[in-house]
Amino acid sequence: MAGSMADGRLVGRVALHGIAYLTLSFILMPLVFVTWLAFFAQEIPSFPPEGYSLKWFGAIANNRNFVTGLWTSVQVAVAATAIGLALAVPASLILARRQFAGNAVMSQFLLLPLVVPGVVMGTAIYVFQIETEIATGLPILGSLGGLVAGHTLIVIPWTVRLVTASLAGLDRATEEAAQSLGANQWTTFFRVTLPAIRPGVVAGALFGFVTSFGNLEMSLFLVGPGRITLPIAILQYLEWKIDPTVAAVSVLQILLIAAAMIITDRYVKLARVV
Amino acid sequence: MASLTLHGLTKSYGDVAVVKSVSLEVRDGEFLVLLGPSGCGKTTTLRMIAGFVPPSGGSICIGDQDITSLPPWKRNAGLVFQSYALFPHMTVAQNVAFGLEMRKASRTEIVPRVAEALRLVRLDGYSERYPRQLSGGQQQRVALARALVIRPDVLLLDEPLSNLDAKLRLQVRLEIRALQQQTGLTTVMVTHDQEEALTMADRLVVMSDGAVRQLGTQSDLYERPADLFVAGFVGRSTMITGIVTASGAFRSDGGLVLTCPATALQGPATIALRPERLTLGPAAQGLDNHAPGTVSFVSYLGAMLDVHVRLNATDHVMVQIPNRSDGLTPAVGDAIEVGWPASACLVFPREAA
Repeated sequence: MAGSMADGRLVGRVALHGIAYLTLSFILMPLVFVTWLAFFAQEIPSFPPEGYSLKWFGAIANNRNFVTGLWTSVQVAVAATAIGLALAVPASLILARRQFAGNAVMSQFLLLPLVVPGVVMGTAIYVFQIETEIATGLPILGSLGGLVAGHTLIVIPWTVRLVTASLAGLDRATEEAAQSLGANQWTTFFRVTLPAIRPGVVAGALFGFVTSFGNLEMSLFLVGPGRITLPIAILQYLEWKIDPTVAAVSVLQILLIAAAMIITDRYVKLARVV
Repeated sequence: MASLTLHGLTKSYGDVAVVKSVSLEVRDGEFLVLLGPSGCGKTTTLRMIAGFVPPSGGSICIGDQDITSLPPWKRNAGLVFQSYALFPHMTVAQNVAFGLEMRKASRTEIVPRVAEALRLVRLDGYSERYPRQLSGGQQQRVALARALVIRPDVLLLDEPLSNLDAKLRLQVRLEIRALQQQTGLTTVMVTHDQEEALTMADRLVVMSDGAVRQLGTQSDLYERPADLFVAGFVGRSTMITGIVTASGAFRSDGGLVLTCPATALQGPATIALRPERLTLGPAAQGLDNHAPGTVSFVSYLGAMLDVHVRLNATDHVMVQIPNRSDGLTPAVGDAIEVGWPASACLVFPREAA
């Protein structure tokens, strides 16, 4: 009896581990293949590789679209994240602390960009920007500002979500203690509240940045002549060629995001926040 | 240092009044305790003094300065919280220095004052630790040092001991009291723990339902409770309900005829009896009031015994007697005589509650 029960448990554990590793490899497989592909020597990807080369990484630098795309993507992601945070921190403070009619609705509303498909958002913002441009005469569509505005929308759910979560763990008595010791509201916010919610702010910024940096569907509607983001540059390249340059660009993108996560994790334990 | 005066202090949320016109004076250097059951308004009163809850009416003065409309950061009140509320990202020294930095003190002034404050709470040597590296008792002492270092006009303690375990609570209780006497700080503490209140306070305020029931010393509250609530809340009492038939005469619902102190009161009343004022056995015969009864329950408290005696179908009393091996030890079911002097009867009008 006891033996068969132990056997049953062993089988269960093996099955669990098996499924876990299978899932993990399923997630990692594209990353592994893309990375591998980036070093293939031949122009048309085929197995087995005819040799290995670093030339595709060199090819990135010679492609204007990739270089400007990367720069635009970085600019947009940094700006959208910064604006997203500047809006999310006060919004989270109010949502977490003030009881007002529509509080719950507002909380859900700010998460909406996560739910609405990128294409739908892109279309909506596209139409809105055109209408605004017609009404005001300002060059909005295709401008950097227009792109940043759209990306700010998809950054906000992440920053709001994570900042709100970290606010829930904050002992409000610490803020009152600061005030009783002579700190006004601003000083209290910067000396006590902000340091306490820093993990949420940093994690929110990271996830916001990654979301913006990798966004394709919405950006397609908002870019203009001569101003494309990296994912769009990759897509356009793939329309004509399938050589490993695309894989090499993807490797760079993976490395950039991985570096951001590793550096962030040094200051804030991401596992604790997310 | 200064006195603290509350005048007609009131707080309402909509139609609900949680603090109803509280007026009291905390004398310079006095340790005053606000005592009451949860929801009695004591914490709201303290938070109004600290400035976190705007009063709906009345005034708060420190010395002769009206601080009613000042924000918390301009009140110079040292506050200690139940949850300690230390800044988790700052070291002990940085926590204690915070209030001095807010007062724009110079580095050369801050360092020795922080060291002195930490010495006062016997935590010198811990200055570079973070709060999470300290025990609960140590954290509360840091919180105390942080509140004391700014030399506040008043010290406000919000249930400062309730997060500590029982043994530590006794120790920190004595430490807080000693520090308060040493510094001569005007102090207001909120607690629901009666023993804590009685051992620490110079004077106590018993609150219930948003209002002050009685303000006085320990013996005022215990020996001369102002009403039935205070008699029931401070110390232990058994209650006998009945009516005052004439001045000094009382008849219980169970038919006991008792002699009590002369009173202007007429009609329905309740008598409160402190258990240690009652006598058991033959000696009871010589007292103003005595009656035969049956022991219904005995609770052994070590040095003392609580003996519950049923006098008739409705009346029963609790008697506290010293536990002596040579004395009588009543057992459940024993027939016994209970007696008490008229002066032991605290007579109150019957309350709706």
